Amino acid sequence: MMPREVAIVAFAQAPTVRRSDQLSEVELLMPVLHDVLGQVGLRAGEIGFTCSGSSDYLAGRAFSFTMALDGVGAWPPISESHVEMDGAWALYEAWVALLTGQADTALVYAYGKSSPGSVRDVLTRQLDPYYVAPLWPDSVSLAALQAQALIDAGHTDERELAGIAARSRTAAEANPSAQLVGSAPPDVLLAEEYVVQPLRRHDCPPVGDGAAAVVLAAGDTALDLCPRPAWIHGIDHRVEAHSLGVRDLTDSPSTRLAAEHAGLFEAPVDTAELHAPFTSQEVVLRRALGLDEEVAVNPSGGALAANPVMAAGLIRLGEAAAAVHRGESQRAVAHATSGPCLQQNLVAVLEAR
Amino acid sequence: MPEVLSAPLVVEFPFTRSLGPVQSAFLTGLRERTLLGVRASDGRILMPPVEYDPVTAEELRDLVEVAGTGTVTTWAWNPHPRPGQPLTAPFAWVLVRLDGADTALLHALDARGPEEVSSGTRVRVRWAAERRGAITDIVCFERLDEGGRPDGHADSQGKKSRQSDNRPERPRATTPHTGRFDGDPVTGIVTAARLDYTYTSGRAQSRFLTALTGRRIIGERCPDCRKTYVPPRGACPTCGVATDEQVEVGPRGTVTTYCVVNVKARNLDIEVPYVYAHIALDGADLGLHARIGGIPYDQVRMGLRVEAVWVDDDRLAPTLASVDHFRPTGEPDADYDTYKELL
Amino acid sequence: MRGEPVAVVGIGQTKHVSARHDVSIAGLVREAARRALDDAELDWADIDAVVIGKAPDFFEGVMMPELYLADALGAVGKPLLRVHTAGSVGGSTALVAANLVAARVHGIVLTLAFEKQSESNAMWGLSLPIPFQQPLLAGAGGFFAPHIRAYMRRTGAPDTIGSLVAYKDRRNALKNPCAHLHEKDITLEKVQSSPMLWDPIRYSETCPSSDGACAMVLTGEAGAARSPHPPAWVHGGAMRSEPTMFAGKDYVSPRAGRDCAADVYRQAGVTDPRREIDAVEMYVPFSWYEPMWLENLGFAAEGEGWKLTESGVTELDGDLPVNPSGGVLSANPIGASGMIRFAEAALQVRGRAGEHQVDGARRALGHAYGGGAQFFSMWLVGSERPVG
Repeated sequence: MMPREVAIVAFAQAPTVRRSDQLSEVELLMPVLHDVLGQVGLRAGEIGFTCSGSSDYLAGRAFSFTMALDGVGAWPPISESHVEMDGAWALYEAWVALLTGQADTALVYAYGKSSPGSVRDVLTRQLDPYYVAPLWPDSVSLAALQAQALIDAGHTDERELAGIAARSRTAAEANPSAQLVGSAPPDVLLAEEYVVQPLRRHDCPPVGDGAAAVVLAAGDTALDLCPRPAWIHGIDHRVEAHSLGVRDLTDSPSTRLAAEHAGLFEAPVDTAELHAPFTSQEVVLRRALGLDEEVAVNPSGGALAANPVMAAGLIRLGEAAAAVHRGESQRAVAHATSGPCLQQNLVAVLEAR
Repeated sequence: MPEVLSAPLVVEFPFTRSLGPVQSAFLTGLRERTLLGVRASDGRILMPPVEYDPVTAEELRDLVEVAGTGTVTTWAWNPHPRPGQPLTAPFAWVLVRLDGADTALLHALDARGPEEVSSGTRVRVRWAAERRGAITDIVCFERLDEGGRPDGHADSQGKKSRQSDNRPERPRATTPHTGRFDGDPVTGIVTAARLDYTYTSGRAQSRFLTALTGRRIIGERCPDCRKTYVPPRGACPTCGVATDEQVEVGPRGTVTTYCVVNVKARNLDIEVPYVYAHIALDGADLGLHARIGGIPYDQVRMGLRVEAVWVDDDRLAPTLASVDHFRPTGEPDADYDTYKELL
Repeated sequence: MRGEPVAVVGIGQTKHVSARHDVSIAGLVREAARRALDDAELDWADIDAVVIGKAPDFFEGVMMPELYLADALGAVGKPLLRVHTAGSVGGSTALVAANLVAARVHGIVLTLAFEKQSESNAMWGLSLPIPFQQPLLAGAGGFFAPHIRAYMRRTGAPDTIGSLVAYKDRRNALKNPCAHLHEKDITLEKVQSSPMLWDPIRYSETCPSSDGACAMVLTGEAGAARSPHPPAWVHGGAMRSEPTMFAGKDYVSPRAGRDCAADVYRQAGVTDPRREIDAVEMYVPFSWYEPMWLENLGFAAEGEGWKLTESGVTELDGDLPVNPSGGVLSANPIGASGMIRFAEAALQVRGRAGEHQVDGARRALGHAYGGGAQFFSMWLVGSERPVG
């Protein structure tokens, strides 16, 4: 049996904003679902499989995803699942479901409202609950430890990091969904104070609320729904050991391994959408993925321009697919991450045919 | 439209964590000012000790003692410590490879400024005066000067480091350890985990809650299926579209089903037994959940006609608690067929 | 299911108890995983991917705990997925793992679900304070009790049916060494005289709160051929969801449950579940859900489910044994409870259920549900490789 070919045929996202107090999660999500389904002319009931990604901890509500389901219109009942992970992994689960042949189309969505809490502190609850979480090391501090290790290893310096920030936010000027748009030049950025040394404010992602959705389709269905589908050449994800002290923070072997399994190294890509919430993490990912200067990295602005936690990874896949849909990319790589200092990574290679 | 309502939401539980043998030995060791690592399958000494090998997944049990001195492998200067972090004055986060260990431990380093810290800085443990078997038994690390003596500058509490608790230690070879100490082993930890959120109610719910302050119950109608939802949650769950047409419902309704609650709930000031009922308000297509009063609990029945009893004016607020309970109206019971679709 | 035939070749559970004070969270999940690997005579290095499930993270107070558990699960360098579909999660997790094999993405997958309720208090986790709302209840029983009353009203079932289920399941649990509750001196009278908590639900008709984990090793045809013990073959699997609450929702017999069962039977070629299925492990957290699900799953006509219970059909020696393991009523590590149903169904068709084995079981159904009776996951497993 030849494996089925699966493509991303539509992508939509909400503009990421610092606060969305006037919107409940379902109110935030619903317009995005309408948009993405409208692009392919399908109703929720016509979709073969639905999968979402979110986290109860962000807004402090257990079972938050059960309320978000109201926005789908799951009636008559639908075949549906949920991962307590970034939506990129929901996309992976849906991709697997389509490969089995049990469905021809899938709706994947993710949402995250960070504004109700302090995401820097909330994310400490992800850490080893015995030795690490009791110290409350926040996400910026952990990224700073990684950045210093990169600087010590000679892989980057603060000036290069400021350049990544300026490039990303300048690119975001073309992205209507971005939250943080435009940048002072690196020299000006470098005059700012540290948040946690060696990271300054520009090295860190904005905190925001957002949502995103994609539609996947298999084989001929994809061609019916989209003139230029973004075919998933390969997709894979890998996790590393949890303890930071056990890992080489200057490298991302899990990203490299996932990229190998996704077939990244079989041919060059022209576009990369990397889920690097911190400037320093782009340095790690570029090395792991072997991206050279020819590749357009984060033309959307990436997570430095909009980082709705739990959706930001799915947005990378969506942005890469949209570049293929628009004819701007022939072969793109998309990446998503989860956990402290890039512990878990997903890589997808998308192609025009 | 009314303003969106917001209120603090505190999520706080004391978690009671059992440890298992390796973590138990490590934390008991901290109480006894002894640092235990574990030997991995490839012979490396992992510090802090993990229960399972990060490469082979094998169970690890082979404890070894390592030194209280070590080397910073990476660091990050934290000028604005956050609640719960080890020190209240600016400090450096550090990964420290203790002498005799092959992996690094995450903790804080007390120093006067970032210029005192670099990768390679030699440090030693500063023990807490009172130790109970937790990672916080290590207050933080502090720098060793070149002669192997601590700087002894003021710590975050403004006290001089206690020299008696901080005598210089020489790096020593790792030695096997049974993991057993005098006194009871630490088998669990209790960790408080408070997170503060600000809850906001969204558009639809805010409209509903605000109407309650005027003793009105407002549902919202789906533009597609025309069903009226109360309380509204912003979307028609079957059609997946926004409900934005407000419809006043109730205040009378029918008990569709119920249970008699004999379990006293935490933080809930209701005498048991009481009746918890689903009430189909007149004009609504979904049951509202509420308490029934004004009738002995064992006389409540399916089909009972009830009406809202509001709290006094001075207690009216944008919360469902503005409806204190529902009580019988005295009307004849509704026929089963009139509400069986709402069950 | 389509694609590569999927076989269960390893099953492991912890002994479920109210509190495992001797292990960490990692230690708990490891115990189940190790037993599943031992059953399959495989080791960590043989596993291609790990799929883990549990109920809300607030229960243990660890956000996305699979990140911390990666080492313990032997997942380092491998794909690791975390599923959360409320109470049905144990079943959904197994189905996600089965899809990985069916799609030929991976050859051997470890799937696992757990809950360590003793780290906190599930009632707190389930009833986080929500501003502007009025807390009215403690525990899930109050949520489900009105629906049980609706079932009784609709069917005219005698009010003793719930106690018959509890009495049966607790006696079955005595034959299952992994069950949490081993009430050796249980009698029907004791069940019927236990305190009424949420009338019509009595104390003895509710599930316990447990620490526990369950794991399975899933593989394809080649892996099954190497299996040291008979595999269980997956003949059908499906998930269905409907909204939490909506106008016209049938809480007594949710359509998502009926549709899910129909999909599974279609995949498995089952046209008469009552005759063609030999054992059922269904998710019964409150005893009355047995007759309710018997109807919802198509084992009895509408309004007739309680008659099967009353006549002893669902007893271990009846002709449709339900919850031979003792069910959720006898052990409820919430996130794992669904997977335990799936695993116990597989144990039956492998002939490896020990004292609670149903003689000659060839086809068994595993069932899980969650949320406001809105998320369903089920699989049908058989002793024979599926045809076609």
